[in-house]
Amino acid sequence: MNYITLKNNSSVSLKKIPVAPYSRFMEANVSIMSDNVNNHCVSYFGCPAGGKVRLFCAIAADETHDIYVSSALVNSSEELSSFAAHNPAFEKFEREIHENFGITYPDHPWLKPVRYSSDRADRPARVLNYPFFSSESEELHEVGVGPIHAGIIEPGHFRFICNGEQILHLEIQLGYQHRGIERLFLEKKKILQRSTLAESIAGDTAAGHSAAFVNLWEGLCGFVPDFGLMFQRTLALELERIAMHTGDLSAICTDIAYQLGSSVFGRLRTPVINYFQEWCGNRLAKGLIRAGKTNYQFTGELGSRLIELFDEYEPDFNEMSDRLFKSSSVLARLEKTGVVDIKSSRLLGVVGMAARASNNKRDIRSSHPHDMYEKLGHEPVIKYHGDVCSRSQVRREEISQSIAHIRELLKDIPPADNKRENLKSPDPDTFSISLVEGWRGEICHCAITGGKGELVSYKIKDPSFHNWLALALAVRNNEISDFPICNKSFSLSYCGHDL
Amino acid sequence: MISLILILTAAMFFSGIVIRARSIASGRKGPGIFQPVKDILRQLKKGSVFSDTTSIIFQIAPVIYFASILMGICIMPVGEYRGLISFDGDFVFFAYVLAAGKFFMIIAALDTGSSFEGMGASREALFSMLAEPAFFIIMGSLALLTGNTSFSGIFSTLKFGSHINIALGALTTFVLVMIAMIENSRMPVDDSRTHLELTMIHEVMVLDNSGFDLALIMHGVNLKFAMYGALIANLFIPGFGEYITILIFFAIQVIFAVTVGAIESFMARFRMNHNPQFIFILSSVSLLIFFAVLLVIGKFS
Repeated sequence: MNYITLKNNSSVSLKKIPVAPYSRFMEANVSIMSDNVNNHCVSYFGCPAGGKVRLFCAIAADETHDIYVSSALVNSSEELSSFAAHNPAFEKFEREIHENFGITYPDHPWLKPVRYSSDRADRPARVLNYPFFSSESEELHEVGVGPIHAGIIEPGHFRFICNGEQILHLEIQLGYQHRGIERLFLEKKKILQRSTLAESIAGDTAAGHSAAFVNLWEGLCGFVPDFGLMFQRTLALELERIAMHTGDLSAICTDIAYQLGSSVFGRLRTPVINYFQEWCGNRLAKGLIRAGKTNYQFTGELGSRLIELFDEYEPDFNEMSDRLFKSSSVLARLEKTGVVDIKSSRLLGVVGMAARASNNKRDIRSSHPHDMYEKLGHEPVIKYHGDVCSRSQVRREEISQSIAHIRELLKDIPPADNKRENLKSPDPDTFSISLVEGWRGEICHCAITGGKGELVSYKIKDPSFHNWLALALAVRNNEISDFPICNKSFSLSYCGHDL
Repeated sequence: MISLILILTAAMFFSGIVIRARSIASGRKGPGIFQPVKDILRQLKKGSVFSDTTSIIFQIAPVIYFASILMGICIMPVGEYRGLISFDGDFVFFAYVLAAGKFFMIIAALDTGSSFEGMGASREALFSMLAEPAFFIIMGSLALLTGNTSFSGIFSTLKFGSHINIALGALTTFVLVMIAMIENSRMPVDDSRTHLELTMIHEVMVLDNSGFDLALIMHGVNLKFAMYGALIANLFIPGFGEYITILIFFAIQVIFAVTVGAIESFMARFRMNHNPQFIFILSSVSLLIFFAVLLVIGKFS
């Protein structure tokens, strides 16, 4: 066997992960991916191992609910043949490995570093003269947007090649937000520091990333979370999804200058995030999710407040979304804009809500259920057209679905449990993986521990890491003035990508 | 002279009413109706910053633009009150004085060398050009209907009495309102509130302007709105006494402003490539008016 089969949130001794020669490692992973369209790569990264680099590749199989983990040992000076030449879903992972370890892939389609930072193998390399696709044509023009954003969101550089108003090509360069999170995970030894770090990976997915972190950590420490903890985490994830989706619908309305939707959805988002404030003292749910314990017990009183909140939220939300998806001027903007068809969605390894809008059934909640999702019997919301309209409708239906899930959860609020054991220290020489469906899509955290149980590698993958390329391809042949609405419909994270 | 004063007065509160209407429609209270003018006064006190890549054109353009609008207002009559300048065929002069101001804004935008401003300039030029036929067909039809070729001649003799004339009045009002929206780069063709450079038309052209220059451009929008409001009001004013004329003038300005606010609140903006189609519709409606006028004056007998 070239790989080992794991389940979500499980740990395995490093020795049990087979080390294959690179050529076999590559062949095995590329063929797993091509065997079944529902197999997708969740993480592929390198970890220094005694002067060499050990590459780990984790591929999730949605139908069997398994995760296939394999590894290979290579020298960083080696020239390797590229996975991406066979499957573009690996493109960015290999660029990251190239950036971190200096491994070169001569047959990689566009091998340039993922992030601008000194935090890479080739430190003296300058930011100036970064390669971009360019055009020699007299008729085409280039438009560079960013890295300073005109609005309030994060920095990123977008380089368009346009024919008049039409976009022929878009190249997205990120990395301006790089903070060295993965390195900080190794440097900061205290669990509280690490939990805080996990919450700061992407400010809009605090619950998602901290759920992934605590699931991983508890797995490493051999701690099985009880019903009360799982309940809280599921609730936080779904509330975060409702808040962010509502906020995004508001932002989509703002971008098409539909003031009514923009202000109504904007107003509806506020009580949801304020509820987090009521529950844990932070509107972004920071401090709520902690490994092996909770500082904010969920009470029956909080539960009835939440039901009250949804009783007010739902009628307004339904009325506004009915209006939104019936307004012809709105539909004229949303429909057939920024289309990602199912073929490219699978090819690029798109995840989460953006995948589900293209009839690509990627949902960790149903394929690799964690926390309470198995019990909830979650079924993903699927749309078929892959355009901005589908992505907005997925949001709308997921909000209703999340509210239904929460109402179901609230029927059985777990009693306070103060007899939790303390966390043990992590197992030595272990590989651990955790997948969580955040509001944006699949979040993957991987950890590897050394001989004394200390962390030697911590790998984070935000769903944005896959989806940025899909955005760049979705806007081709669209008008440049439709780019903002496409961008908003994907609603990707800059800092989650940049780490 | 009175018409000039009336239009300048209307310009003081026009944007304020639009913003207020929008605020109320979205459930907010909104700022006072003189807030936009206060903002402009504040801007007027500031100095301008000029980019090193720009030339003298960029610096003189806002003043020329503002002057062209003032010139346009001088030509515009209000009911019986003639404009400061009035001669046969003055509506052609009116259209091209405004076009000259716009021309300078466009080359000033190109002068900055920014790819955004270039895009905005190209869009603005295209949409203004497409809106031009609609304006001329309308004014030509009205000239034909009344037998006069100056603004004050046309509007002092224009009377929408019979049924067909009422239909004419309604269509003319619709086209003029839409032309005003296009010329002022407002919804549904352009969105003045957006922060997204890639979708802007007018706003992206003035990204590099600041301080005094920006104030002129901002107040230019107010003046233009009031000017087009006066043009629309003229369709309804003739034949009333002096004071009632003034009352009707302000009433129509307020209704126009509220309409603009409502359009901006309850519909989404058009996709950029639908704009030319939409503007062509205005031209065809103007043609309809033209044929109706031919019918009224008996050319088809």
